[in-house]
Amino acid sequence: MLSEENTLGDEERTVTDVSLFIQSLINGLNQGAIYALIALGYTMVYGIIRMINFAHGDFIMVGAYTLFYTIPLMVSYGMPAWLAVLAAIVVCVAVGVIVEVVAYRPVRGAGSMSALITALAMSLFLENLAMVLFGANPKSVQAVFNLPMVEIFGAKLQCKYLLTIGIGLVIMVGLQLFVKKTKLGKAMRAVPQDKQASTLMGIDVNRIITTTFAIGSGLAAVAALMYCSTYPRCTTDMGSMMGLKAFIAAVLGGIGIIPGAMLGGILVGVIEIFVKVYIAPGWYEAITYGLLIVVLLVKPSGILGRNTGEKV
Amino acid sequence: MSKDKRISYLINLAGICVMFVLFVLLFESGALGSRTSYIKGICTTACYTIVMVTSLNLLTGFMGEFSLGHAGFMSVGAYASSIVTGFLGNYGLPPVLLFIIALLVGGLAAAVTGVAVGIPALRLRGDYLCIVTVAFAEIIRVAFCNFEITGGGMTLSGIAKLSNFYWCFWATVICVTLMYMYVRSRYGRTVVAIREDYIAAAASGINVTYYKVLTFTISAFFAGIGGAMYAHFMTAMIPTNFNFMYSAEFLTEVIIGGTGSLTGSIIGAAFLSALPELMRQFSTYRMLAYSVVLVIVMIFKPGGIFGTYEFSLTRALRKLKNGELSAKKKSTGGNVHEE
Repeated sequence: MLSEENTLGDEERTVTDVSLFIQSLINGLNQGAIYALIALGYTMVYGIIRMINFAHGDFIMVGAYTLFYTIPLMVSYGMPAWLAVLAAIVVCVAVGVIVEVVAYRPVRGAGSMSALITALAMSLFLENLAMVLFGANPKSVQAVFNLPMVEIFGAKLQCKYLLTIGIGLVIMVGLQLFVKKTKLGKAMRAVPQDKQASTLMGIDVNRIITTTFAIGSGLAAVAALMYCSTYPRCTTDMGSMMGLKAFIAAVLGGIGIIPGAMLGGILVGVIEIFVKVYIAPGWYEAITYGLLIVVLLVKPSGILGRNTGEKV
Repeated sequence: MSKDKRISYLINLAGICVMFVLFVLLFESGALGSRTSYIKGICTTACYTIVMVTSLNLLTGFMGEFSLGHAGFMSVGAYASSIVTGFLGNYGLPPVLLFIIALLVGGLAAAVTGVAVGIPALRLRGDYLCIVTVAFAEIIRVAFCNFEITGGGMTLSGIAKLSNFYWCFWATVICVTLMYMYVRSRYGRTVVAIREDYIAAAASGINVTYYKVLTFTISAFFAGIGGAMYAHFMTAMIPTNFNFMYSAEFLTEVIIGGTGSLTGSIIGAAFLSALPELMRQFSTYRMLAYSVVLVIVMIFKPGGIFGTYEFSLTRALRKLKNGELSAKKKSTGGNVHEE
């Protein structure tokens, strides 16, 4: 879990306030970028079928375990370690599509409660399957990037953090363009508005939903890479809580809205790190959940969302 | 109270007493040999699981809302009761009284938390409510990890071992009876009406928020009692025991047993908590099997195995008298619970 990792080493405690601030900000942004990548997956799936895909967090776990096994392979063949992410993407997309077709599709007409429980069941399934396959002990993933540290105002910054933030931004912009500009993206926006009408317009609704799952799972694999480069460890339960926090991020920014997921992710990450460093180290998780409760009660549609009334 | 009802209460009481006597005979005759205390332990586990699952079924089955934070209320009950029995332990109270106090304190503490959580949370519905209950349960867990009195994230041990099987059996019987009476009362029917169509219910003059918070509180109360039984059975606990996975386990047991059927919850909880203990070597596959069963149940029988069927001893006896039982004994499928 994230809580067990202390992002600040002993020697870094003595640095000045300014550098501590910058350090925390960068750490927060890095954390936020990881959350944002996961939140993008949640948002895409929720945006299209109005279902919380509890298993999404576990796709990250699948990705992380794939990285654990493929990075040594890549290194032994003399290839750069980050290429392992391609394998992780393939595996995650496969898992995501299988979960969608086998478990989610049969219950799609049965109401949101059945969908929710099925999602929960798939999350439990993946987690316990991983437990059976890989054992309960945490595995440490080999370093992905070997980038130098930069020093700004006395704060030591790791270049890989900047890389994570950069990748997050690029993916968000790419996804936004994809959804707004391409034909497939247009179909993705049409399906949640009116399923029947989209079918009449010649959109294969099932294919669009499966594609959305594939994209979301692929993003989860990238998020797994980013996570492993920051915390080189994978456990079978790493996905569930991180997934929950990423979901909080997605709700915070406005679920179904792509820039909202990014904004929410960054906010949750920065707030979490700042609470951990400055206010109460033991309570930072409670703050994240408290934030979710406040947002849901005050503005359930999120920061960037529009309020919609309920039809009788 | 009508004559029929009084007779049926008596019959059910007699049935429970017969069951209790059978358990006593089983354990005290020494038929199980050296495994007696082990099997007793499993049965006690089944008792508090039954209370937990039936109380969650009040929310899930009868109110139609999902809570994934039931372990949070359980932990409130567990910690509150063990702190109180820790204080009262030196006064030489008889253990039965202490046990009852522990259960009531656990229940009340959880009920207060239930009100505090329910009033803001129940403005939301469906998956949002589900997520908010997770958030509240996590906040409770983090709080217990930080408070000094709850062990500050360490194991809280040395809790008096008050929960023995016989007391837990009667506590479970009383809890389940109370919940059954709630469900069958005017309140229960109102709650079911809210589940079926909350807009129509509100239009018929039902104060939807009041009934939802009430049901949520009652559910939390019984979860607290379950927690108190748990704490005084385990005698040691750590806040991380009551995590998301534990809540999810309760919810799966409710769904598999049957949403809207207390019979399903009782049989489901008893069976599913005893099964892994009896097949120790497969314990790693337990949750894996649960999740597969859950998906299969969702696809083929969304109401759960028992649907909304309730077992009735009176009805069974009447059928027995009319000689119908042999033909219909196995038809426990019941009608599918409609969303």
